[in-house]
Amino acid sequence: MLHVAVEIPYWGQSLLRVLGGIAAVLLPAGTIVYLFLFKMMSFMQSRLGPMEAGPFGSMQLFAEVGKWLQKEDIIPENADERIYKMAPIIVLVSTFLLVVVVPFGPDAWFTNFSAGVFYALAIGSVSVIGILVAGWSSANKYSLLGGLRAAGQLIAYELPMVLAVVGVVIQAGSMNLQDIVVAQNTGSIFGWDGIGFPFVITQFLGFLIFMIAVQAELTQVPFDMPIAESELVSGYMTEYSGFRFLIFFIGEFATAGVFAFIASVLFLGGWGVPFAWFGWDSLDQVDNWMNIGGPLIMLTKMMVLTGIIMWVRFSYPRFREDQLQRFAWKVLIPLSLANIAVTAIVKVAI
Amino acid sequence: MTMLSERQQLSYIAAQAADARLNVELETEGMTLNIGPQHPATHGTLRIIARLDGEQVVWAEPVAGYMHRGYEKLTEVRTYPQVTALINRIDWLGSFANEVPFILAAEQLMEVEAPPRAQHIRTILFELSRIANVSLFLGDLGVQMGAVTPVFMAFRDREYVLNLIEGATGGRFHPNFDRIGGLKDDLPKGWIDETRQVMKKLRNFCDEIEDLLFGNEIFQSRTRGIGVIPAEVAKEYGLSGANLRASGVDWDLRRDQKLPLAYDKVDFRVWTHPDGDSWARCWIRLQEVREATKIVDQLIETIPAGPVMAKVPRIIKVPEGEAWVSTENPLGEMGYYVVSKGDLGPFRVKIRSASFNNISITPWVLKGVYVPDIITILASLYFILGDIDR
Repeated sequence: MLHVAVEIPYWGQSLLRVLGGIAAVLLPAGTIVYLFLFKMMSFMQSRLGPMEAGPFGSMQLFAEVGKWLQKEDIIPENADERIYKMAPIIVLVSTFLLVVVVPFGPDAWFTNFSAGVFYALAIGSVSVIGILVAGWSSANKYSLLGGLRAAGQLIAYELPMVLAVVGVVIQAGSMNLQDIVVAQNTGSIFGWDGIGFPFVITQFLGFLIFMIAVQAELTQVPFDMPIAESELVSGYMTEYSGFRFLIFFIGEFATAGVFAFIASVLFLGGWGVPFAWFGWDSLDQVDNWMNIGGPLIMLTKMMVLTGIIMWVRFSYPRFREDQLQRFAWKVLIPLSLANIAVTAIVKVAI
Repeated sequence: MTMLSERQQLSYIAAQAADARLNVELETEGMTLNIGPQHPATHGTLRIIARLDGEQVVWAEPVAGYMHRGYEKLTEVRTYPQVTALINRIDWLGSFANEVPFILAAEQLMEVEAPPRAQHIRTILFELSRIANVSLFLGDLGVQMGAVTPVFMAFRDREYVLNLIEGATGGRFHPNFDRIGGLKDDLPKGWIDETRQVMKKLRNFCDEIEDLLFGNEIFQSRTRGIGVIPAEVAKEYGLSGANLRASGVDWDLRRDQKLPLAYDKVDFRVWTHPDGDSWARCWIRLQEVREATKIVDQLIETIPAGPVMAKVPRIIKVPEGEAWVSTENPLGEMGYYVVSKGDLGPFRVKIRSASFNNISITPWVLKGVYVPDIITILASLYFILGDIDR
């Protein structure tokens, strides 16, 4: 049930959604790149990072984008040209498709799938296709190795990710992301509803596995075997230059942001504040201002989570391919299966 | 095989299995991966041709020579004092250490000995260049495995050492400070105090690296048991320096050799490690930096007074003869075989550089490893390209 203050025609709603979607993808990507990649990483490495472009180098990202756009779009002679050109777009589009199901407020959502979790996890693996074809079509052995590694890795980590989320789905009793948010914010811990009931409390193991799997899905260190700039020279991205590389780059960081959005929806209570604070009982009673406040809350949670992702990225060395597979199949999957079993038993028992 | 640990045996078996796989009729189509000459893991222009089966290496060979600069030949058309400016550039990270064995060889031929003060300062600078060299290795190790932060710490703290070298010699990278019969100049004022503080900083840096990198589980799983070189094989391939000591051979030219350097006046430990894997090589180098800081600490307290230059004729003519001097350089044993015909310049110089021999073991050690391990093994063998190609 919509209770937006003004009546908006359908084309207006569509336009708003498109603009919102672009903002929801590009805004996190920009903030992550600037805050974490440029600044946090620099301070960790005892340097200042960008200083010249704008105050504290805040315009650096635009300078970089300008630089990339000016560069020549090189296509290797033996490359499969059409697929080669398509690959970065597949990766970026999968990010846009992923953000579609994330609820940012009581009415601030793009679509309200009843099987939202299922959709998000399914779409999350579309980017594998983009990476695989990028590696294959580049006609470069390093790219091929990178692409194959990416395929193996992303499939291996898709599984613990799905299994980790199943615990949340069992607990919330719904696959709709909006319902999961509401379930967390209307819940109470032994009758105390001061902070609602974020699932990270009971599903901490699931949260941990989910974040590890996200790290692997994003091919960030310590799971960056497909990129591995010191051995595979950036793997599947080796041959890309100019704006195609830029699209990969945006895709990488935007996906980090979107997965952080999903993690905060699933485990940290999403856009909501505990409903008991304002005396709301259900989604229908939530005030309209949450449509503005919700996205801001989501952005904060996204920043915290991507901060952790980037922190790990900058301080860890990378796994070897076989160690990485072993970790997924022998540690994460059994753990997440156990998590599901325990969650199910407790859910039935209570 | 009785002497080998279980880990070493396993790696041996893996190598054999890789060999056998080549001969099996039903093999999958292999791929030849050409690593380098332009590749981030090769620190320059080393090329490694690796034949792969999946991700496993069945055959690998290093191809050196892309940066050959003909130093042995160039020395023949230079006078003795000019040669030091040239050979500085062999191992460019520890450049002062390159000058020392050559100067010692020339001194041996001329039967000149540097005064004790000069010997002392030479040893200090030698160890400083070792620290500058190996501390960068410690940082670079992380980069090869995808951890980008340690290398900046290494650059940060190496800067202090380079400042010291610059303060004493005037050159950060290529000091060209060693002279036949002594040194160009004495130490500047306040240098010793500063050195004392810098050595403390470097020990902190070593602790930091040990915490951040060596204590990391992923780092350990990437290096432990990888690229095992048994002691006999290491000796056969002529490995030297930390690579040899990591295989358990207690061999250090600083201690084992009587040269006019001040090593006999200091108390230091030569570390060895029984494992011979990548981890051992990295760990030995970490300890080596620590020992080097201790050596410097001891030496700056005991610098004798006196001149820094012996009485040497203005125009240096080295009498006829041949001399071989090698020292324990940051990368391993580095030696010069100088043949003189009594001219202003050497008749022939043969340079034995450590990295060339260290890298020659790659076909043996890379057999049967995975592609990512190529990088860690190469990084742990630690070569400087100028030291391979000369």
